[in-house]
Amino acid sequence: MSDVSLVVNGKSVSATVEDRTLLVQFLRENLGLTGTHVGCDTSQCGACVVHVDGKAVKSCTILAAQASGSEIVTIEGLANGADLHPVQIAFKENHGLQCGFCTPGMIMAATDMIARHPGGLDEKTVRAELEGNICRCTGYHNIVKAILAASEVMAKGGAGSAKAA
Amino acid sequence: MYSVNYHRASSVAEAATLLKSGDAKALSGGMTLLPAMKTRLAAPSDVVDIARIGELKGIKVSGRTVTIGAATTHAEVASSAELKKTAPAVAELAGMIGDPHVRHRGTIGGSVANNDPAADYPSALLALGATVVTNSREIAADDFFTGLFETALEDGEIITAIRFEAPEKAAYEKFRNPASRYAIAGVFVARTGSGVRVAVTGAGENGVFRQGDMEAALAKNFAASAVEGISVSADGLMSDIHASSEYRANLVKVMAKRAVAKAG
Repeated sequence: MSDVSLVVNGKSVSATVEDRTLLVQFLRENLGLTGTHVGCDTSQCGACVVHVDGKAVKSCTILAAQASGSEIVTIEGLANGADLHPVQIAFKENHGLQCGFCTPGMIMAATDMIARHPGGLDEKTVRAELEGNICRCTGYHNIVKAILAASEVMAKGGAGSAKAA
Repeated sequence: MYSVNYHRASSVAEAATLLKSGDAKALSGGMTLLPAMKTRLAAPSDVVDIARIGELKGIKVSGRTVTIGAATTHAEVASSAELKKTAPAVAELAGMIGDPHVRHRGTIGGSVANNDPAADYPSALLALGATVVTNSREIAADDFFTGLFETALEDGEIITAIRFEAPEKAAYEKFRNPASRYAIAGVFVARTGSGVRVAVTGAGENGVFRQGDMEAALAKNFAASAVEGISVSADGLMSDIHASSEYRANLVKVMAKRAVAKAG
């Protein structure tokens, strides 16, 4: 068994779990944070993307024990109360989702992508950066539009009262 | 995944001791080992997490000598300003591995130790004539990659760093499987003071290998046209549902030409 201590969405959590527990299992089953999805479970689809110490990772391919000591942000941690994060707003406004299953991972990947490109994004870069996120509705067009829109809003400092992620 | 005992090592010495317990495996980024454990292709009794060991991390450039700590992630290699200046082909290759999320976890040491026949780094190490530094010795890349998922590493031996001299010119080009995005054929070309080396990944039945005919031709004339007349044999190349060995042979030539053109 492993003692796992994490800061998840700003809150300290500790638990003793089996060593083989994946971070995504820990988030969903121990903490009840079911916004992080398991799509393929083989590190292809990106539905499980969360931020570990500020970096987007696939939470189905990291043990909770490996993450112990880290800060985690999940989809539940992006909005500030009722105020959605600019990326969430952009997905809503641009209809950047169809069935919605991949959306949490898409949004977590998008916030990471925007943070790594402070100079802004173009369509080609967004499409290349989405290599690790699969939308089986194939709704990529509006997802790309949403990310570009959010990137522009955030570059203008329009992060509003939502937390920076 | 079968039950496993997790250990986090804080030094290379501690990791080496922990690796002696049961059927233990070193766990770095885990981008290959964890999926293998989930599908039960790998079932170690213990995993020793070496990803947070400070002495295994970081990129040092001293003159033309580049040393990359084994636990340095692909994202760190891809975004290193120093590396982009001294050996841009290596930074670019790292940025072509997997996807952004995988690059945030996967490490150079893990990739090299695993020696997947379609991995990108082995071709760079072989073409650059790099040295694999372990906790007990130094191994030339020429002697390191010994077959499919096979290396010269002994049980419990830990890669600590990869070292190479920055090449005069170098580039990497790969043709990705459209679904898995792994290389069906990838070619790393490097010109150094001692000649030209061309290493091929993704295509060989026995993993990464050097293409001698291309090396000889490029040593005389470092231009894509020098590769044009060379016929690449399909013998010893992989053949599967994705690509026949003849198709891979053709891709090796096309990727080599593109790499040479990119190296300039």
